[in-house]
Amino acid sequence: MTTTLTRGPARAEAARTGNPPPGGAWRRALTRNLRAHAFLIGALLCFALFTWYPMVREIVMSFQKVRYGETHWVGFDNFRQIFADPEFWPAWQHTLEFTGIALFFGFVAPFVSAIVINEFRHAQSYLRILVYLPVMLPPVAGILLFKYFMDPGYGLFNQILEALHLPTSSWLASQDTAMLSLVIVSTWANMGSATLVYLAALQSIPGELYEAAELDGAGLLRRIWHVTVPQTRLILSLMLMLQVVATMQMFTESFVLTGGGPQGSTTTVVYLLYNYAFSYDKFNTAAALGVVLLLVLGAFSAVYLWLERRGGEE
Amino acid sequence: MSKEARSGATRTLISPVRLNQPAGRRTYRIVLVLTLVMATIVFIGPLYWMATGGFKSPQELVRTPPTLFPESPGTHAFTEAWDRLGMAQLLLNTVVYAGGALLLQLVFCVAAAYSLSKLRPVFGNVILGMMLASMMIPAAALVIPQYLTVLDLPLVHWNLMNTPWVIWLPTVANAFNIFLLKRFFDSIPDELLDAASIDGAGPVRVLWSVVLPLSRPILGVVSIFGLVAVWKDFLWPLITVPAHETLNVGVNTAATSMPQNTLIAGLFLASLPTIVLFLVFQRNIMAGLTAGSLKG
Repeated sequence: MTTTLTRGPARAEAARTGNPPPGGAWRRALTRNLRAHAFLIGALLCFALFTWYPMVREIVMSFQKVRYGETHWVGFDNFRQIFADPEFWPAWQHTLEFTGIALFFGFVAPFVSAIVINEFRHAQSYLRILVYLPVMLPPVAGILLFKYFMDPGYGLFNQILEALHLPTSSWLASQDTAMLSLVIVSTWANMGSATLVYLAALQSIPGELYEAAELDGAGLLRRIWHVTVPQTRLILSLMLMLQVVATMQMFTESFVLTGGGPQGSTTTVVYLLYNYAFSYDKFNTAAALGVVLLLVLGAFSAVYLWLERRGGEE
Repeated sequence: MSKEARSGATRTLISPVRLNQPAGRRTYRIVLVLTLVMATIVFIGPLYWMATGGFKSPQELVRTPPTLFPESPGTHAFTEAWDRLGMAQLLLNTVVYAGGALLLQLVFCVAAAYSLSKLRPVFGNVILGMMLASMMIPAAALVIPQYLTVLDLPLVHWNLMNTPWVIWLPTVANAFNIFLLKRFFDSIPDELLDAASIDGAGPVRVLWSVVLPLSRPILGVVSIFGLVAVWKDFLWPLITVPAHETLNVGVNTAATSMPQNTLIAGLFLASLPTIVLFLVFQRNIMAGLTAGSLKG
């Protein structure tokens, strides 16, 4: 067998002395590569089946339609159809609304808690466990739990607000507050991971920087703004991008908590996509919407990377 | 970890001198206590409400003002939730999905990362690049073609719907795992592997007895991510395994048709496994998370 030529010792010998062992270099390279690819094959197949092929298929599908079991090319028909759908623009608006509010809370809350937790010399691990605990819950459990808190009648939130003599809210029942309510649930459930990432970043900031800033007379807020933020800028901006991409795909919260309502006010793009495919059985239209989502988020990522690179050069 | 060292030596936002003054010490204590109380209420409070809610009667559950302790605690809601949700089955399904996904990920992602890092096949970099590029694709956007693919697998025409494979196989296509593993394997010196080769070990032996023992921390990280991802997923199991629901999907399906205290008890039961897992392994999970997330 040819493998005898390329077994470990021979290769190691070659690596040490720089002299290839006798035998066909070509065949050795071939067997070496075959073996290396044998290790790759499992992952490669899975990527091909579940990432690369669906990617191509989605684009192809978006230009096709199935009529009476036969597939036809229809050009941009599917796209025209989704753009003409009265739910299309509202869905984007709701998605952006969620992303906007979610960033406001989901970006600030973990950063602030990380800064505060980082200052404590006690109970740090307790606090870390605490913020991370909701992340481990099955999302549906956390979401349904908050459904009870947000009940306009007997819900805990309104009772607390009442006890504090603050105006109560109709939470999920009203178009005005439904999206905000979803953000609250989502932030509670997910802020733990970002907090831990920021904590790790904060702990790598050299103390001398704070020392120097303080000597220059910088107060607490200015120290945060001029030392903490720039020192964690890379990780902050990376997390910002990840959060935008993640929140733009919000589905579970809407599906479980509001079913897209009230009056469609929490129907997001992915929810619309789900509806096309699994409620109306229009897979090609859903694929076209998927392509639009891909393009939008792809463009966002590209702009982000461009800005990031330009920022690095300056 | 480095907690002790840190609190002693390195300074943070607020200087140790300021903290050691009487005023500083007082402020520190007040802020610490306030934060602890607030954080406990915000993060444990809902869980406490959920845990005790199951012991209450439906009437007590919706009473205003709410009761802090169940008046006449009964476990009826828990047993009923267990039965009506088919909790044993849901749990079993989820464990099978998560466990199998973890196993396949460990085998295939480790093998792939080892190949890309140490065996260096031709086109290795192109393949890695294509894998990493997939991280830029929003998962939800690909759900439709993925769904159609598992309905009728290309070439072999298998229908994977309602089989565990439909959950297991896509989890292997995880570029982040392969990237993390490859980076870790890159840091293992080639000399060590060559030494094993000289002793006559083939690539599988080298991987098994040299690389893997050195990679325990990163294998831990990948395992945790793998388990939790399957445990938390919703949309994919919702559409692909309707006959063998996960905990997440099953609880949601049953939510509308159950008495409230039963559902709350069910939520608690559904949350218990991961909470226990987390509390038992929290040290490893925390260390793993920071190791995994600091990839930038």
